[in-house]
Amino acid sequence: MAGILVFVEQRKSEIRNASLQALSEAKRQGGAVSAVLPGSGIGEAAAGLGAWGADKIYVADDPNLDLYSSDGYAEVVVKAVEQAQPSAIFFAGTAMGRDLAPTVAARLGVGAIPDAVGLELDGETFSVRRPVYSGKATTTADTAGNTPQIISLRPNVFAAEESAGAGEVVALDGLSLSIRAVVKELLEAEGGELDVAEADVIVAGGRGIKGPENFALIKSLADALGGAVGASRAAVDAGWIEHSHQVGQTGKVVSPSLYVAAGISGAIQHLAGMSSSKVIVAINKDPDAPIFKIADYGIVGDLFDVIPPMVDAIKAL
Amino acid sequence: MNCIVCMTSVPDTASVIKVGGDGKGIDGSGIKWIVSPYDEYALEEALQITEAKGGEVTVVTYGPDRAEAALRDCLARGAHQAVHILGGEATLGDSFTIAKVLAAAIKDREYDIVLCGFKGVGTDCGQVGQMLAGLLDLPHVVNVLELEVGDGSLTAGRDVEGGKEKLESPLPSLVTCQKGLNEPRYAALKGIMAAKKKPVEKIEVASLGVDEGAGGFYKVEKLELPPAKAAGTIIQGEDDAAAAAAELVKLLREEAKAI
Repeated sequence: MAGILVFVEQRKSEIRNASLQALSEAKRQGGAVSAVLPGSGIGEAAAGLGAWGADKIYVADDPNLDLYSSDGYAEVVVKAVEQAQPSAIFFAGTAMGRDLAPTVAARLGVGAIPDAVGLELDGETFSVRRPVYSGKATTTADTAGNTPQIISLRPNVFAAEESAGAGEVVALDGLSLSIRAVVKELLEAEGGELDVAEADVIVAGGRGIKGPENFALIKSLADALGGAVGASRAAVDAGWIEHSHQVGQTGKVVSPSLYVAAGISGAIQHLAGMSSSKVIVAINKDPDAPIFKIADYGIVGDLFDVIPPMVDAIKAL
Repeated sequence: MNCIVCMTSVPDTASVIKVGGDGKGIDGSGIKWIVSPYDEYALEEALQITEAKGGEVTVVTYGPDRAEAALRDCLARGAHQAVHILGGEATLGDSFTIAKVLAAAIKDREYDIVLCGFKGVGTDCGQVGQMLAGLLDLPHVVNVLELEVGDGSLTAGRDVEGGKEKLESPLPSLVTCQKGLNEPRYAALKGIMAAKKKPVEKIEVASLGVDEGAGGFYKVEKLELPPAKAAGTIIQGEDDAAAAAAELVKLLREEAKAI
């Protein structure tokens, strides 16, 4: 096939893991793989992408590309597309990738398919499997013959694996950056708090935790497991925790390796957002709570009694 | 300050999804179609902007006849004008075709800001806003949680993984709205009664020069429900929580290999 171009995302020159996953998946598809990397002072990061399967790395190194902008980054990707002429463009489905993929698509006059969890290549055409209705169903779709096929890949679904690529770095010249909506500031979360959308382990609390102060208990288990703190809509709407933690149909849809639901009964909207997690653990006082129907493991009991000894047992491992 | 709100109607989030007879779409029987939850934040923000600065809110939707109920709901909450582009059954999930239709219907109207939900709940694409901005040649800011509209520009805040971004964009701009931006109002009885009398501008999609039957940019091959899950291992922990916790951790370690 005619090659895949992968948009690679960095922050402070550090390549995002979700981008390495996208790069690895492109490599597994068998054709030539190129990467496009915008940023500022990113020469070293670019050179390293050869170890992740990239044959060509298109680099746009410009102080105006230090922080993300839809306009600036889209212009860079379009420029790389002109040179690489790929049959498909992969994005990692991060906040940035989910903004950029359709922005690039509109500039190229094609559609885009977000949130892929499975890819099958038939000739030159990708059949893309993606959850819809927040995971209540899965659809398989393609771009109806339009190329390049723009696809964003859900983080933590495709494995990142090192593999040798030619690693030729090509500087993108002649950019005429016209940036309208500008990021003025990027404030890092305190203590580098892990986002549920990126986490491989999530411990989520719901109405059963009774109050905002008890998210400390949820966090103690999340910390012991090296995971992120999630929440049900009930906990968010009660004002106990920010919406960025919400998992479910009107929050984030996640598929970590391990999802622990504590004090969450399991409304259909919540189940929709996490049911594709690999291993689901439920802790709930109510043996009839719907969450137990999709749980791989569960404890019927009071989360306030169960979580502290769990934390101790995990620490003792 | 005139605002255009792009609204899509979606199955109520409490709906049980079943696959329809064609194997590609959902079975629509018994489904209640509501204003997509994120579009409620877009509408509320537009209402607050026009309340503070004057101007009108025009809600535009693209969908079959059933979409009119959601459009009336927007009028009942205070939108000034409603535009219903008739069509759309064939284009569910085809973000680029939807964006083209909306762009054709919006381009000659007067507006300072276009607001969308950050995604339609259901198809979950989150793409129409960015594509529409591209087609209208507008700057855009997605996922906004904070919005201040000034003279000639707006400032917005949003969450990104592990942080927050502050942005500035000149007007006119397009923004897509995330939960947390505001508290959407409900329609009061008076608004519901008034909405019944407000006119809805109807536009046939073909008159916008978009051919729905042309194949589009997103072809659905099939829709499937997730396989039923086998029953899990449930431990009784009411009497001895510590023992249950220890057993669970052991299972997660040795059987599930999850920790």
